[in-house]
Amino acid sequence: MKNHVKAILGAAVLGLAASAASVSSADTLSDVKAKGFVQCGVNTGLAGFSAPDDKGEWKGFDVDFCRAVASAIFGDPSKVKFTPTNAKERFTALQSGEIDLLARNTTWTLGRDTALGLTFVGVNYYDGQGFMINAKKLPGVTSALQLSGASVCVQSGTTTELNLADYFKANNLEYNPVVFEKLEEANAAYDSGRCDAYTTDQSGLYSIRLTLASPDDHIVLPEIISKEPLAPAVRQGDDKWFNVVKWTYNALVLAEEYGITQANVDEMKSSKNPDIQRVLGAEAGTTLGTGLGLDNDWVVKIIKGVGNYGEIFDRNIGAGSPLKIARGLNALWTKGGLQYAMPIR
Amino acid sequence: MVSQEMPRDASGAGASFINDPRIRGLIYQAVLFVLLVAFVYWIFGNTVDNLRRSNITSGFGFLNSRAGFDISETLISYSSNDTYKWALVVGLVNTAVVAVTGIITASIIGFLVGVGRLSENWLIRKICMVYVEIFRNIPPLLVIFFWYLGVLSALPQPRESIALPFGAWLNNRGFFLPAPIWGEGAWLIPVAFLLAVGLCWFVARRAHQRQAATGEQFPVFWTSVALLVGLPLLAFVAAGFPLTFEFPKKSTFNLLGGTQIRPEFLSLYLALSFYTAAFIAEIVRAGILGVNKGQTEAAYALGLRRRPTLRLVVVPQALRIVIPPLTSQYLNLTKNSSLAIAIGYPDLVHIGGTILNQSGHAIEIVAIWMVVYLGLSLVMSGFMNWFNAKMALVER
Repeated sequence: MKNHVKAILGAAVLGLAASAASVSSADTLSDVKAKGFVQCGVNTGLAGFSAPDDKGEWKGFDVDFCRAVASAIFGDPSKVKFTPTNAKERFTALQSGEIDLLARNTTWTLGRDTALGLTFVGVNYYDGQGFMINAKKLPGVTSALQLSGASVCVQSGTTTELNLADYFKANNLEYNPVVFEKLEEANAAYDSGRCDAYTTDQSGLYSIRLTLASPDDHIVLPEIISKEPLAPAVRQGDDKWFNVVKWTYNALVLAEEYGITQANVDEMKSSKNPDIQRVLGAEAGTTLGTGLGLDNDWVVKIIKGVGNYGEIFDRNIGAGSPLKIARGLNALWTKGGLQYAMPIR
Repeated sequence: MVSQEMPRDASGAGASFINDPRIRGLIYQAVLFVLLVAFVYWIFGNTVDNLRRSNITSGFGFLNSRAGFDISETLISYSSNDTYKWALVVGLVNTAVVAVTGIITASIIGFLVGVGRLSENWLIRKICMVYVEIFRNIPPLLVIFFWYLGVLSALPQPRESIALPFGAWLNNRGFFLPAPIWGEGAWLIPVAFLLAVGLCWFVARRAHQRQAATGEQFPVFWTSVALLVGLPLLAFVAAGFPLTFEFPKKSTFNLLGGTQIRPEFLSLYLALSFYTAAFIAEIVRAGILGVNKGQTEAAYALGLRRRPTLRLVVVPQALRIVIPPLTSQYLNLTKNSSLAIAIGYPDLVHIGGTILNQSGHAIEIVAIWMVVYLGLSLVMSGFMNWFNAKMALVER
């Protein structure tokens, strides 16, 4: 009997030692190239940002960012595998190496940058927290300041949950938080009337409103109570991978600035504009792409795969989508927005 | 095993000490112990090392930071300015509340259904059987969803609340009761109650002594009931009825004032009670059936009536069978309460999960969860073991 125990224990120790040896190495780019796809953490289902369509294919603003990274590396936007994560699992999934990249409408904060061992690559959506109510049931309510005594549905472990507490405290309002771990549970509770108001990032509210039983009954209140800069994130301490993801974001925005679109990218390669030539890797003897560990025509691959930032925005959440979110803060800096890309040179 | 059968003296001076089963056993134990310590040490070192390498802060210092989030259900005072530590305590209290109320209700339902399954009445017997078979075969999470989504969500909106007697209301935000407000002199009531408990104990002891000495019996039960109800009531009257009620009133969003029992708590509490009761019913049935029929017959033959036979002969022997598996069910109920997370009842796991995500200290929070649930389980099984030892028949 004791012999058995010892044998089992010995095997367990060996097994764990063997598995420990393969704990994530610090060269994600090589790992990704070797396995042939990018493992991307996305939201479990937020229409417009990341949700599977009727054919089971992932679609959305965040999903397209993952596809852009895959295009830059492999020249093929389909070389992505998606891991749906809820608010609670997302950081652990990235830390543990289960995913290579987190693109899940996640707010960039100092605490997450430091204590969690993450690095955010750049703000791909400037957002702010708002409230949604059922205007049919609560016709008199036109401002969040009238919500004293209300039950508010919120997802746990989000910056939203903290802003909510601070906002009501600062304005001396009473409220009753109804906190759910999963987005779907919070949505269902709000839809069934368990809560008077729903709070999350405004983009999320517009997206969730589409999934409610009667979307037209619900209005988003005008107050924005926080800054929510949403950014994709990678693990700290892997600068090579960080560079690839960071410059993919910059390339998307820059392409919009230069008017490079999915349709005209091939013509643009022979553009007379030296900036465009450089960005598209058509400059003689360029080493900009290889410096990243990619091919020199990496931007061409990205744009061919998913289009530029503006195209991604319009297709998923902007004018060309059911959400019809205005560009607002997310317009290019040249058009009064905040989207400003670092130069590729 | 074979070696033990060998005659001891044959292994004397000639044989190696390795063949001595006692020494060999000790060596095995020592090797196992060293391996275990090495294993734990290695796991711990590995974890700390990996965390440091991934630039994740570790340690329990974060527990003293400001929590920053609000909790809907707090039995003890809490605000978002309190620490993570205190938020965890709030969660632990909520877990304890649902566990204790659930255990009490599950025991009562389980006992009734268990006895019902042995009823002479065909209908009662079958109803109890159907109950047991349904709840025993559904995962507890589904039972929770049944109550939350199927029953409590279907209740009307606050504006169309259902009025209940005594100023209580029912809507999809829960159950609203008038809150008692105790006036001056109300402290007399708990004092009177404690006094009554003391008196009951005294009466029971005297009655026992008297019966042992003279054989005369004394109605201890009814005397106790009279004491426990009568004395606090007397104090209530003497203090001049120091009780008023705050009734829930309708406001813009919901009913305000009074005591609110939220649907999250209600569904968890009802689901755990009904689910666990199905198992307890089977345990109770097994316990009663496990007492030999001859015991009852012997008691009747000695002239005991039905009630004393049950109380003095059947139940003590049934309890001996019932208590150990009952302990497991109580532990299961307590651990199943962590399913609260699915419906947003702020128990220990729910609040721990929030803290985990807000602070990023996953390993520490998981460690706290494990230690707390282990502690809860050890305390409960310790208590049940003590109770079992007290109830066990003294065999001669």
